[in-house]
Amino acid sequence: MREPLLVVKDLEKHFTRREGLLFQRHVSAVKAVDGVSFEIPEGKTLGLVGESGSGKSTTGYCVLQLIKPTGGSVRFMGKELTELPRGQVRKLRREMQIVFQDPYSSLDPRMTVGDIVAEPLIVHSVGSRRTRSARVRELLDVVGFDPGYTNRYPHEFSGGQRQRIGIARALALGPKLIVCDEPVSALDVSIQAQILNLLKDLQDEFGLTYLFIAHDLAVVRSMSDEIAVMQSGKIVETGPAEQVYTQPTHEYTKSLLTSVPIPDPREMEARKVERRKARAALAAG
Amino acid sequence: MALLEVDNLQTHFFTREGVVRAVDGVSFTVEPGKTLGIVGESGCGKSVTALSIMSLLPQPPAKIVGGSVRFEGFDLAKLSERDLEDVRGNEIAMIFQDPMTSLNPTLKIGTQIMETMQRHLGLDRKQAKQRAIELLEEVHIPGAADRLNDYPHRFSGGMRQRVMIAIAISCNPKLLIADEPTTALDVTVQAGILDLLEELQEEYEMAMILITHDMGVVAEAADDIVVMYAGQIVEQAASLELFDHPEHPYTEALLGALPQIEGEGIREGRLTAIPGRPPDLADPPPACRFAPRCPFSDREDSCAKEPPELRQIRSGHWVRSAHPASERTREPAVASK
Repeated sequence: MREPLLVVKDLEKHFTRREGLLFQRHVSAVKAVDGVSFEIPEGKTLGLVGESGSGKSTTGYCVLQLIKPTGGSVRFMGKELTELPRGQVRKLRREMQIVFQDPYSSLDPRMTVGDIVAEPLIVHSVGSRRTRSARVRELLDVVGFDPGYTNRYPHEFSGGQRQRIGIARALALGPKLIVCDEPVSALDVSIQAQILNLLKDLQDEFGLTYLFIAHDLAVVRSMSDEIAVMQSGKIVETGPAEQVYTQPTHEYTKSLLTSVPIPDPREMEARKVERRKARAALAAG
Repeated sequence: MALLEVDNLQTHFFTREGVVRAVDGVSFTVEPGKTLGIVGESGCGKSVTALSIMSLLPQPPAKIVGGSVRFEGFDLAKLSERDLEDVRGNEIAMIFQDPMTSLNPTLKIGTQIMETMQRHLGLDRKQAKQRAIELLEEVHIPGAADRLNDYPHRFSGGMRQRVMIAIAISCNPKLLIADEPTTALDVTVQAGILDLLEELQEEYEMAMILITHDMGVVAEAADDIVVMYAGQIVEQAASLELFDHPEHPYTEALLGALPQIEGEGIREGRLTAIPGRPPDLADPPPACRFAPRCPFSDREDSCAKEPPELRQIRSGHWVRSAHPASERTREPAVASK
């Protein structure tokens, strides 16, 4: 059997805290990622869901080697990234890209839209000036951004449009894997739907593989084949999306699912009663 | 008599780019002890409405150019700044989205809770301190007496919002305005805060205006709902009625755009996105403000010619559209990508 595109095993990222100026003592370690394992077959999406501080973004950065994991293995396209020399990891970055949460701070305000999307091509010496310019227009067109605006600056556009620019930049080198780190959490609902649809279309068109990181359970559900639920640096539950959402086994997953507000007043009332009972039971002992 | 009556409120911002009509003719009432949910996307005017009620907007650039806000029959716009101060924090309290920035980082939690009570209720330090401990217990902060001496950075986001709520209810206000009170919080924490608000609301017989972008949050907490778009109310109804029979194309679209958490074919399906984006309020569409994004409007009919009025389509259900769901004769235009 072919190895899945991405295989992560026992991934660890511990940040050490030190105290003292001259003689630094090692005080404690924050285990941001603490033994995380998962795999993603090519063309599929793994949804990584959890609350703030659960380590989901750190996991994403470790996969891309944007921060160096302190332990465990990341195999991508059959290569062990944690052991590759830097130069080779850089080359592999063509195949693995990231879309960030905040389309306001993740685009350089002093670069034009065209330059932003062309930058990965320049960094990796792809094409000539002319072919790059054509490629940029093609990329912007693919993400539904008017290619006529390549000479404008990011501040002239709304959050949704900026996120399209960020996605075009991630697509520029024709990657296999894209880590989507909360790609829609800064956007309004109506715009969020546009971007989620776009990500789905791009996946179908280019056979992309996504590691989709988000705190919104409904958003993750709509995008993912498999789900991994993270809490305090560990994956507490994993499985096919349908199964995790309909038959959660871990208490944390259950509490997350019953906390999500859904647009149905009757259901919300029923949940409120449930929560009240649970609290009363807890208080009673 | 309603506790709060907002009538044809118009708040405009006078900027170099022109006059931005952030709130443009908003009317609603809040009954004692009830919760009104105001829901809409960024820039729809929901927060500006709240800040206008409290007279908390910087003038200029903002100016309330029309309408009135009556609290227990008194026109708040006619009160002096001094009298307004007696109302704010005392009769009407407000909590904000970001519990990280709305507490003063250089003052102890206790000082911040006591300040309001000393100003409004004339309590001395000892009484105020006693009451502050009780309040922290009421918002379920463990070890209340010890925590009075802590600074805000020692509290998590959810705990800070609990402190903000303690301050807000300290003078037993008749109305609490909560502007996105749970947006910055994780879902499990959010559920706890919403439960707490409801619990306190019953205990203190307090009315609430809950402002949020989240349809789920209003479904959970509101008795009545106002949906805002581009500075105007586009739909208004009791909560159950609104979710059972949404009438305005925008309300329907908002509900359709939400990813579902349970059901079939979620992974394969596409979401019903709303094409385009909200209009520039310095230069809104001349007639119906939703028309450019509406699947039911076309250039031939009234949508582009005359502004639709907010009209009552059923008892207690108001809608501002020429094509509400129950009167539709045509199919929606196919939405573009």
